[in-house]
Amino acid sequence: MTVSLSGLEIGKQLKERFPGAVVEANDQAVLVKSESLLDVARYLKDTTGLDFDYLAFLTAVDYYDYFELVYRLASLKHNHTMTLKTRCYGRENPVVPSVVKLWKGADFQERETFDLFGIKFEGHPNMKRIVLWDGFKGHPLRKDYLSDGN
Amino acid sequence: MAIKTEPFLLNIGPQHPSTHGVFRMRATMDGEVIVDMEPVFGYLHRGIEKLAEERTYNGFVSLTDRLDYLSSMSNNFAYCMAVEKLAGIKVTERCEYIRVIMAELQRIASHLIAVGAFLNDCGAFMTPIVYMIREREKILDLFEMVSGQRLTYNYMRVGGLSQDIPEEFLPALDKFLEQMPRWIDEYDQLLRQNEVLLARSRGVGILPKETAINISASGPVLRASGVKWDIRKVDPYSVYDRFEFDIPTGACGDCYDRYRVRVEEMRQSLRILGQARKQLPGGEFQTPVVQPVHLPVGEVYGHIESTRGELGFYIVSDNSIAPYRCHIRAPSFLNLTALRDMVVGWKIADAILIFGSIDIVMGEIDR
Amino acid sequence: MMLESYALSSIGSALKPLPADWPGGFWWHWLVFTIIAILFVLLMVLFFTYFERRAMGRLQARLGPNRCGPFGVIQPIMDAIKALTKEDIVPYNADKVVHWLAPAVAFVPVLLVFVVVPFSNGAMLADLNVGILFVVAISSLSALGIVMAGWGSNNKYSLISAMRAVAAVVSYEIPVVLSIASVVLLAGSMSLNDIVLAQNIPFILMQPLAFLIFFIGASAEINRSPFDLLEADSEIVAGFHTEYSGMKFALFYLVEYAEALLLSVLITTLFLSGWRGPLLPPWLWFLIKVVAVFFVLVWVRTTLPRARIDQLMALAWKFLFPLSVINLVITAIEVLAWPGGVPWPMLFVNIGIMAVLIVSWSRLFKFGWGRVKVEA
Repeated sequence: MTVSLSGLEIGKQLKERFPGAVVEANDQAVLVKSESLLDVARYLKDTTGLDFDYLAFLTAVDYYDYFELVYRLASLKHNHTMTLKTRCYGRENPVVPSVVKLWKGADFQERETFDLFGIKFEGHPNMKRIVLWDGFKGHPLRKDYLSDGN
Repeated sequence: MAIKTEPFLLNIGPQHPSTHGVFRMRATMDGEVIVDMEPVFGYLHRGIEKLAEERTYNGFVSLTDRLDYLSSMSNNFAYCMAVEKLAGIKVTERCEYIRVIMAELQRIASHLIAVGAFLNDCGAFMTPIVYMIREREKILDLFEMVSGQRLTYNYMRVGGLSQDIPEEFLPALDKFLEQMPRWIDEYDQLLRQNEVLLARSRGVGILPKETAINISASGPVLRASGVKWDIRKVDPYSVYDRFEFDIPTGACGDCYDRYRVRVEEMRQSLRILGQARKQLPGGEFQTPVVQPVHLPVGEVYGHIESTRGELGFYIVSDNSIAPYRCHIRAPSFLNLTALRDMVVGWKIADAILIFGSIDIVMGEIDR
Repeated sequence: MMLESYALSSIGSALKPLPADWPGGFWWHWLVFTIIAILFVLLMVLFFTYFERRAMGRLQARLGPNRCGPFGVIQPIMDAIKALTKEDIVPYNADKVVHWLAPAVAFVPVLLVFVVVPFSNGAMLADLNVGILFVVAISSLSALGIVMAGWGSNNKYSLISAMRAVAAVVSYEIPVVLSIASVVLLAGSMSLNDIVLAQNIPFILMQPLAFLIFFIGASAEINRSPFDLLEADSEIVAGFHTEYSGMKFALFYLVEYAEALLLSVLITTLFLSGWRGPLLPPWLWFLIKVVAVFFVLVWVRTTLPRARIDQLMALAWKFLFPLSVINLVITAIEVLAWPGGVPWPMLFVNIGIMAVLIVSWSRLFKFGWGRVKVEA
C-alpha cells in the first residue's frame, strides 16, 4: 500500500533545511516559495529516506489571484508519495523554475502547462506550445479564458 | 575514409500508415539513421480538461471514454474512483467486482490491439492484427451486452454502474475465459521464437531502468525495463488486494521485452478474471444513496493501473456542481517522453517499431 | 490451320532436345509467341492478384474479395478499371519526364524476360543459347525504373525506397547469379529449354542449397516479404510509388506481380523441372508448378515480419554470398568427378552438405548491427 507522507512532517524537515522556504504545510501537501522550489525538489529527490525519484504528475490550478502548481512525487523505492505545491503570481508573465533537470518526465508536462496556462518554466530547454499551434491566442485552461481568445 | 553526408528532415506523419493516429515525428535523418527527433502532436486536442469544468461530475464520465478510446472502461473506472474518493462514497461489493472484471477484460482487449499493431509495425503483413482483432471482438461482444456500446461504453457512474450485468453475460464470460488462454498460448508460440521478430526487436530501443523512472514512464513500458511497479499491487485499489496475480517484468527494456510483458499481462488478467468471476457477490450494483451534486471542497488524486500505465485524475472541488479543475495524468503522454531517447541512432524502421512498442493512444495524449 | 498444327506439334514433342530444324524463328512464330507471352503475363498477373488476396484472406482468418462475380473472380478486372479511370497526379516540382518514364522502364524488362521461358518443349519465343544470362541481365534493369520513380517523385520516402532498391538489387544479384551458375554447371547449358531437359531429377533435390539461395535472393530482389523494404508500408508509406496514381500506379502494380510471376516461372524452370511431369499435358504442369511456387510466396508474405535494411545487407553478404560460392565449388567438383552426369544418390550428399553448411554458418555471423552512435 502506498503511504502518503504527511505534509506536516516533511514541512518540518524542509523548514530546518531551508529556512523561509516553506509557506504552509498541512496534512496533504507542502507549499513552498517558487524561488526555492528547485532546491527543495532536489533535496526531496536526493535525500536518503525520501528518495522521491518519480514525478507522478505536474499540473497547475488557476485561483485568479495566483496559479498553484501541483507536483505529485513518488518514491518507487519506499513506495510513498507526497504533494508539493508552489504558487506564482501575476497573470501577464508568471514564471516558475523548471524541474526538467531533476525529472525528465516533467518535460512535456511543463510544456503543456505553459501551453494551457501560460506559466513560463525557467530553465526548460524547449519552452513552446505543445498541443495548440504556435499562433494560438490565449491560454485555454485559465479561468478567465473566453473562446474568442481574450 | 568517411563519406561526407548531409542530414535531411523527414516528417513521419501526421498522415502516415503507422503513427497510430495523428502523430508526427519530425526526424532529422542521416540516410536511414535518425540523428534527431522531435515528437509533434496536438492534432486531436479537444480540451477535455476544460470541458470537465463545465460538466457535472456524472456528466463527465462519457467524456472520459474519449480519452484512451482503446480502454474506455479503465478511464471510467479511474474517474469514478477519484470522484468517489472525494465524495466519500463507498460503492457496493458487487459493483467493485464488476468494475474489476470490466477493467481486466479491457486490458486484454487493449493489449491484443497493442501486440497486433506492434507486429504490424514490424512488417508482418496484417496477419497478427487480424487474429488479435478477432479475439478482441469477443470481448467487445461482452461489453456490448452490459453497456450497449462497442467502443465508448460510458458504463460506470459515480457511486456505481449505469446498469447491472445482464443474465447472459456470465455464461458468455465463462466461455471466453475457457477459450482465451489457448488462443494466447497459440499466438505466443507462433511469435515468440520467430527469428525475424527476434532480430528486429531484441536489443532495439532499450530504455534503461533509471531513465524509465526518471521520465515517469509507467505501465508495461516501465515494467519492461525491470521495475516491478504496478498500482494494482503497490497501492491496491478497489478489490485488487483479494486476487492472486504476478507482475511480469522485462529484463532489459527493449521492444521485445515490452511485447513479452504485454502478453504475460494478458495471462495475469485472465487469472484475475477467473478469481473475480468466482468471488462475484450478489446484491446491489449501485450505492443506494442519492447521487451527490455538490462535492465537498478539497482535492483528490485517484489513480489506477490502466492498460498503458498509471492513469490518474486530479480533481479540485469548490463545492459547485462541476469540478473546479480536473487534470488527467495520461500514461501514454508521459511514456512518449521516452521516445526521443529511444529512437536516436536507430534506423527509420526501428523508430517505427519502438514507437509501436510504447503503444500510445492519441486521444489520451492530446486530450 | 498451319498455326494450330505447328503449336500442337511443338507442345506435343516432349523430352527430346530441340532438333536442328526446330520450327522456330519464322515471322508467325514470333507473332504467336509474342501474343502468348503477353497474354500469359497479363492473365497470370490478373489471376495472381486475385489468388493472392483470396489466399491471404484465408490465411488471415477472413474471406478476401468475394463480391464481384462468383467468388469474386472479376475483382481484378474491376480493380484495373478503377485504377485506369483515376486521376493522374504528378507532384508539384517533380521531375516530370522521369516521373512519366519510370513505370514503362520498370515494366518493359520484366515482359522481355518471358521471351526465353519455355512453356513446353520448344514452346518459347526464342531459344537463346545464353537464355539464363539474358534473364539475369534484363531483369535487373527493372531496378532502374524504381530508381527513376524514387528520384522523379520529389518525395523523401520515395528517395529512401529508391536507395534501398539499388542496395538490395546490387547485393542480391551476386548470390542469385552464383546459385544459377551451379544449376548451369549441372545442366551443362544456359538455354532454359536444355536446363529443363537436363532435370531427370528436379534440381531442387540435386541443388537444395542453390534453390534456397535463389529463392531468398530473388524474393529480396523483387521485394517480396520478408524483404519488401522498398514498399514497407509501415515505414516509408508506399516507397517508390507513393506519388503514383491511376494508370501509372497500375503499371507499377503490374510490374510487382509480373516480377512475382517471373520468380515463380524461373524457380519452376530451374529447380522444379519446368513443364515436365507425368500424365498431365506439359503446359498444365507448368502452370500448376508456377501457382504452387507463388502460393509459397504468398504464404511467406503473410507469415513473416519484415527484416531491416542492414539485416538485409548482412544476410546477402555474410550468409548467402559465401554459401553460394561454396556451393558453386562443390558442384564444380561433382561435375568434374562424374563427367557423364552426376548420379542421383548424390542428392543425399548435397542435402547433407546444405544442412551442415546452414547450421554451422549461421553461428558465424551476426544479424545486422544495432544503434549508430550519433554525435549531439
